[in-house]
Amino acid sequence: MDDSRRLARRRFLGGAASGVAALLLGGCDKLSESAPFVRVLDSAEAVSKYVQRAITGRQATAAEFTEADLSPAFRSNGTHDPDDAGYQALARNGFADWRLDVGGLVERPTQFSLAELRALPSRTQITRHDCVEGRSCIGKWKGVRLSAVFDQVGVRSGARYAMFFCADPMDPFGNKYYESADLEDAYHPQTILAYEMNDRTLPIPYGAPLRLRNERQLGYKMAKYIMRIELVDSFARIGGGRGGYWEDQGYERYAGI
Amino acid sequence: MASRVRQSGRNEAGSSESFRRDRVYRHSVLVRATHWINLVCMTVLLMSGLQIFNAHPALYWGDRSDFDSPILAIGAERDAAGQGAGVTTVLGRTFDTTGVLGLSGGADIQEPRAFPAWATLPSSQWLAMGRRWHFFFAWIFVVNGAAYLLYGLARGHFRRDFLPSGWDLRHIGRSVWDHLRLRFPRGEEAKRYNVLQKITYLAVVFVLVPLIVLAGLSMSPRIDAGFPWLPALFGGRQSARTVHFVCAFALLGFVAVHIVMVLLSGVWNNMRAMITGWYDLGDPGGDRG
Repeated sequence: MDDSRRLARRRFLGGAASGVAALLLGGCDKLSESAPFVRVLDSAEAVSKYVQRAITGRQATAAEFTEADLSPAFRSNGTHDPDDAGYQALARNGFADWRLDVGGLVERPTQFSLAELRALPSRTQITRHDCVEGRSCIGKWKGVRLSAVFDQVGVRSGARYAMFFCADPMDPFGNKYYESADLEDAYHPQTILAYEMNDRTLPIPYGAPLRLRNERQLGYKMAKYIMRIELVDSFARIGGGRGGYWEDQGYERYAGI
Repeated sequence: MASRVRQSGRNEAGSSESFRRDRVYRHSVLVRATHWINLVCMTVLLMSGLQIFNAHPALYWGDRSDFDSPILAIGAERDAAGQGAGVTTVLGRTFDTTGVLGLSGGADIQEPRAFPAWATLPSSQWLAMGRRWHFFFAWIFVVNGAAYLLYGLARGHFRRDFLPSGWDLRHIGRSVWDHLRLRFPRGEEAKRYNVLQKITYLAVVFVLVPLIVLAGLSMSPRIDAGFPWLPALFGGRQSARTVHFVCAFALLGFVAVHIVMVLLSGVWNNMRAMITGWYDLGDPGGDRG
């Protein structure tokens, strides 16, 4: 084969290769918009959840660190100061009028003041907070064990998830942040409703007056500015029906990885 | 590599002489299948991985992210004249990477993003979708790799074909010299991998790939709860994230060299071997088409 033909073939192959690459990339972007294909990709979430829970065990606890490991600058995630008149009024008063409303599938729907929550069994832990974007910060949290709150209200047998409804509006329509936790995570000893961070009253950027710590999940599972907790058997009719604000935007409900 | 050899006689049109060529059955069907599945997985994992990295384009060492002292950071800046620039900082040294890293796009619109659109999956900034692609293909990659590993161990593929002999190791200098001159073995010698191939494949299969999988798992808060020694192995979750990133580019480097070697040592012969299994011993550099 002479050189010019060889060169022509090389050019052809090079062109064909980049053409195929462009087609494949375009194809992948098209696939990302295809609901049936995304459902196939979604199947990995159930596999990850099942396998991770099976090999780590229900009671596995997240690593706890020392004071020396605390992040010098803990970056606050999501909302930093809820743009909501009702919330701002509560904040001006030091959350003295704030009440945590616990209801749904419970025996005794109850409202708790901060003082009442502080009187319940608490836990203090220094843990690593992993944001879905990839960064990690280490903070010290003190709060009431969620299981202790559940003991107060009496969770009914049909309940499967705890839903957290928050004060922070996420869009111009006033839709507010909400999240879910499986009861397995909700009853975990490290799962607390934190009212203190780094030995101070929980500051507003970190979710004052009360936020969730769900230490074996990514950051977006840990609702801030909690106003109401509801025990439910299904979240199909809440928000977009996927179990949380970010879940409705396409993120996994099982955020173990 | 199996040692089955086929003598193929063939008349070439227009040629008066007939000749015989030796073909060797080089790759079993499982190796061929896992190889191509692997190619798809690694492509998707790399590109969706860069999508995920773009969500927070900085790397750290230790358990936590100390935002003031990243090992690597990619960002966009605007100078006094209002001109945008892509800036990459590695171990305190800053480079202008406009057009590729930090700031990239078409001639008219430049977008601030760490890795450019052509390198990420999806091409637009879409973390949730990148994660779905990544974790789905991570499972395929692991299952595919496990099948290859079990097969290789059971059939003695690694011991027979990857483990360098004493002779290999003593003649490593010669192999390096052969590679530098782009001299590739023919005939009997071409039935076996050369010593540099053996060492490279061992390093990829038994070091690099396990490392990238374990480093990836170390970023999972639930896995870390079950196996606290795993992130500790890397020096913390953020170190594991850095190792994961470095391993990805080490694998990319391996693939680049692999492709160059395939092209140089006879692309059709190599492709045929990885598709049909049969490798032509007499046809190492031949580009007959």
